[in-house]
Amino acid sequence: MMFGVSQFAYIVASSLFILALHWMNTPATARNGVYAGVAGTAIAVLTTWADPSVIHHGWIIIAIAAGFAVGIPLSRVPLTAVPQRTALSHAFGGIAAGLVGTAEYYLRLSAEPAWLTPFHMVALIAEIVLGYLTFTGSLMAAGKLQEVKWVPQRPVTYAGQNFVNLVLFLATVGLAAALAIHPTAAWAPFLFPVVILLALTFGVLLIIPIGGADMPTVIAILNSYAGLSAVAMGFVLDSKLLITAGALDGSSGLILAIIMCKAMNRSFTNVLFGAFGQVQQVKASGEQKQYKSETPEGAAQVLEQASFVVIIPGYGMAVAQAQHKVRELYDQLKKRGITVKFAIHPVAGRMPGHMNVLLAEADIPYTDLVEMDDINHDMPQADVALVVGANDVVNPAAHTDKSSPIYGMPIIEASKARTIFAIKRSKNPGFAGIENELYFSDRTWMLFGDAKVVIGDLVKELSGGSGMH
Amino acid sequence: MNDMWPTLWVFVLASFIGMGVIRKVSRLLHTPLMSLTNAISAIAVVGAILVTGGDYPLHIRMLGAVALFASMANIVSGFLITDRMLKMFKTDTKPGAGGNHS
Repeated sequence: MMFGVSQFAYIVASSLFILALHWMNTPATARNGVYAGVAGTAIAVLTTWADPSVIHHGWIIIAIAAGFAVGIPLSRVPLTAVPQRTALSHAFGGIAAGLVGTAEYYLRLSAEPAWLTPFHMVALIAEIVLGYLTFTGSLMAAGKLQEVKWVPQRPVTYAGQNFVNLVLFLATVGLAAALAIHPTAAWAPFLFPVVILLALTFGVLLIIPIGGADMPTVIAILNSYAGLSAVAMGFVLDSKLLITAGALDGSSGLILAIIMCKAMNRSFTNVLFGAFGQVQQVKASGEQKQYKSETPEGAAQVLEQASFVVIIPGYGMAVAQAQHKVRELYDQLKKRGITVKFAIHPVAGRMPGHMNVLLAEADIPYTDLVEMDDINHDMPQADVALVVGANDVVNPAAHTDKSSPIYGMPIIEASKARTIFAIKRSKNPGFAGIENELYFSDRTWMLFGDAKVVIGDLVKELSGGSGMH
Repeated sequence: MNDMWPTLWVFVLASFIGMGVIRKVSRLLHTPLMSLTNAISAIAVVGAILVTGGDYPLHIRMLGAVALFASMANIVSGFLITDRMLKMFKTDTKPGAGGNHS
């Protein structure tokens, strides 16, 4: 009887989770998705808490209270910090799976060794390996994104790196197999922590060679791992609810990772083992080319004459926190009857959808945020393309230069606009370290400086009319 | 061994549902999608509750309590920040933005 009630509750919760994701298909219904998710989670938590096997409540209450105490401030971070918050939450998901798996193993080992069948052991080991690996990997990713001092920002590579990773991976698999076959052997309880240690190390090694430009893909992959560790926990606990929720998370991470990879024309293996940042020095020099720079006054005059302006934001806009100034510029242009669209590249920023959220925060209607493929169609009609802190995603080398590391990557075709303004902090190449031909085009004018300041100056020119200087 | 096949069934079917549903999610919402799925997969909290509240040695239950804390933090922050982000997605500018262009 009790079993029937709780199973029914879990079915309801699973359905609510699926509905939650379904409602995310348009911004109009998306908030219902959150409510469905909250309802599903509440039902599942209360049902489990009411389970007769749960007899101690003190620590549950303390842990839940602590979860709220940490979770609420974590939800108030500035939106520019959302990528690192996301990475941190993957780490939390990973450690939760790892710890529950560890507890389950030692419990069953002493109380119910017959339960440790090969199937359960494989699931359990998958749970702890994925869990602990996601934990350290995501912490490293969060550290890189937050620019924590002792976490190297640039990709860290060394000779034989892939070999070391491969050996470590094989060792983990080998030891895990031994554990799965002999889960109750006298040495097994001692081997178990070794596997944990290997998984923790592997997580770190997997992330250190990865550069900032690859973060969107890596975050999506870690998202997938966190989901799969929840699936594995579901196999261990024979919980269909966990399997469903974990599979939703896992497939979400996988699809996002695929979208990110396609948007960079790279494969999974290439992202994880390619060490993007290394290719940079290959073609640095060559003939000395000249930038043409423009003043905010001049740029404002050109903008005023335009009838169609496309703004292309990148990570630089996030770093400079320039989204609100961009909104002011948007308003100034709109006021003059100019059509303004934002061209969003899938990998602009440090996580999938990063630019959309920042622009939405600045109150820019999402109907003016246009995906790459759609905007490229209109690009030749654009009077002005304004590049705000984006670099690789507008680099024509992706189309023209076979030797370029980004060759083949789909880009926003800013070079097709009549006039191009590019706001850039300094004259150095971007994060990936690749020269950008666009900046040397005869129709491109550079606006050097912090994106927030430069756009602020443009707004001042446009709003003040003349006589400001 | 009995529970192996039904759970595998559920996993495969749920993955297909996940692929189908996620593929249709608006590209605008990929960041909130990630925080939402994160909060949902923190339903691993049920495993942590069973370990923390069960009749087990204290050190085992402590592992559960830490896991419970981590999952709960994900649930709370995940749903809250998703909602906070989704609230910002609006179709139209507020009044004062001047005439609507042709």
